[in-house]
Amino acid sequence: MSVFKKLAASAALAGAMLATPAVAQDNVRIALVVKALGIGFFEAAAEGAEEAAAELGNVEIIYTGPTDTTAEGQIEVINALIAQQVDAIAVSANDTDALVPALERAMQRGITVISWDSGVAPAGRQLHLNPSSNPLIGNMIIKLAADHLPDGGEVAVLSATTTSTNQNTWIDEMNKVMGNYPGIEVVATVYGDDLADKSYREATGLMQSYPDLDAIIAPTSVGIVAAAQAVVDAGKVGEVNVTGLGLPSEMAGAVESGASQSFAIWNPIDLGYSATMLAYELSQNGVEAAPGAEIPMGRMGSLTLDDNNEGAMADPFVYDASNIDQFKSIF
Amino acid sequence: MSRFIPVRETILAAAILVLMFLIASRFPGFVAPSNLANVFNDTSPLIILALGQMVVILTRCIDLSVAANLALTGMAVAMINVAMPGLPIPVIIAIAILTGSFMGAINGILVWKLAIPPIVVTLGTMTIFRGIIFLISDGKWVNSHEMSPAFTGFPRAELLGLPVLSWIAVATVLIFAVMMSRTPLGRSIFAVGGNPHAAVYTGINVGKTQFLAFVISGALAGLTGYLWVARYAVAYVDIAGGFELEVVAACVIGGISIAGGIGSVGGAVLGAIFLGVVKNALPVVNISPFWQLAISGSAILIAVAFNARAGRTKGRIILKSAEKPVGATP
Repeated sequence: MSVFKKLAASAALAGAMLATPAVAQDNVRIALVVKALGIGFFEAAAEGAEEAAAELGNVEIIYTGPTDTTAEGQIEVINALIAQQVDAIAVSANDTDALVPALERAMQRGITVISWDSGVAPAGRQLHLNPSSNPLIGNMIIKLAADHLPDGGEVAVLSATTTSTNQNTWIDEMNKVMGNYPGIEVVATVYGDDLADKSYREATGLMQSYPDLDAIIAPTSVGIVAAAQAVVDAGKVGEVNVTGLGLPSEMAGAVESGASQSFAIWNPIDLGYSATMLAYELSQNGVEAAPGAEIPMGRMGSLTLDDNNEGAMADPFVYDASNIDQFKSIF
Repeated sequence: MSRFIPVRETILAAAILVLMFLIASRFPGFVAPSNLANVFNDTSPLIILALGQMVVILTRCIDLSVAANLALTGMAVAMINVAMPGLPIPVIIAIAILTGSFMGAINGILVWKLAIPPIVVTLGTMTIFRGIIFLISDGKWVNSHEMSPAFTGFPRAELLGLPVLSWIAVATVLIFAVMMSRTPLGRSIFAVGGNPHAAVYTGINVGKTQFLAFVISGALAGLTGYLWVARYAVAYVDIAGGFELEVVAACVIGGISIAGGIGSVGGAVLGAIFLGVVKNALPVVNISPFWQLAISGSAILIAVAFNARAGRTKGRIILKSAEKPVGATP
């Protein structure tokens, strides 16, 4: 925070010295372009963007997007924003490549362009903000289980299919950090194929094969819901904790029944907040988006860019009984 | 002898027993009565759908849209439940059966009146039904906390030690056993599949019988749609994805001839139970998940091979006098 305040102060000072008073009074207009309007996830991101705007003071958020999730719709929206001469565009893209020409045109006109959530090819943006990274997710899923097992215990992984790239990467990353969680033993990895019935059966099988099982980690939204239902039906609520990655709207019932103590997924509010902060830094404070750069983003710390000018925001956000009601209507 | 003890069913029942013995040697808890009840409960949707599919296959048709029908009905009743949580469960079940029958009737009409091959019709409606789920749900899920407790509680309510879901499967089996052997509709289904031309001469309307078979299959798919969504407490576009193939596999394993006319209720039920035992056993016997698919497939092939061997002894000798010299040579 203090770093940010210093930066903000120096930016304000620089602005006062260099710019004419008329420009300084103008609001900085940052456009948050989403995949489609009316999606809870993006509405929440817009909320985060407004939070950032309030913190920055002189920022006006233009929350916009097409009515359906098409690249064509987003191109129209971007062209309109270029005509309005906004200061920055932060986009969650419907297509990696289709938006590049429109966004290149925006950058030629001096508009800052970043992508967040769903990325654009490097040519079409200055940086991309990922909600999280594979190592952070891999660590989070085992941490979620371990936090509720202070004395150690047996955990099992219920994944999607044997060939799902995402899940396999996260499980690999999880195995790399197992040394940090002494006493926690992964007894099995099973695959529910992202089918509710097969995941349910695999979860039931796990509880039969390992009567002392303490937790099921399901890094897939279908699997975590099915496993929670299997635990409830087996009467093992309180004995077996279901955790992993899921959406609050889908997991609300499982948290309510106690089958799941906590689970994680990115927080759209933080994502919208960080995207706005980054766009502001690039557009107003002259921060250069280059590999290795560390860009501050307010209360979320700072973003470190890799060789592709991409960075990971934070650990996945943990949802539990204390905040599920707030988020279950959002996404 | 074979006239009194059906060969196929006996072999299949024996195979299931051997399979359970093998599983028990690796995981003794599997054959505990409570676990067997769980396995039966888990297999109940497959049993119900296999009976519907059996009727369709007997009339020389096939219904690939059952899983999509199940998913659409399930989504529809789940959304109705969210909109009107007070609606009693019997009404929900009636809606599910009617919705399913209607979709079955669409298949039936297309096969009957337009004479389009059933595999093409149901392949088309399968995709259409899945598409409609997307349209009515906007791709969103209906989640457990949105459904009413009565809605999700009904299939798991216990009655005489077994969940209602299992009892519905038992009731369906009994109704089908009577229907197939004692009613004109049941007999005409066999007649249509066995020899359509002869069936026409005996006054059976082949197209109409096929239509009714599709309606029956659709009705059961609709019923299962509600049970499925309530049991897993979630409804989304892809539920029961690919399940139609499992249903057809259960029928084939159960000795129902894809060419029509040959099959029995007992066969379809045993075929479903065979698959159910395999599916429930694989997670507990500690077999690498990479092998599971291959093992599932091999089990199906072996069962079908047994059936084919059993089917070959079907030939009957009409002239007893001609039998003797053949029998005497060895």
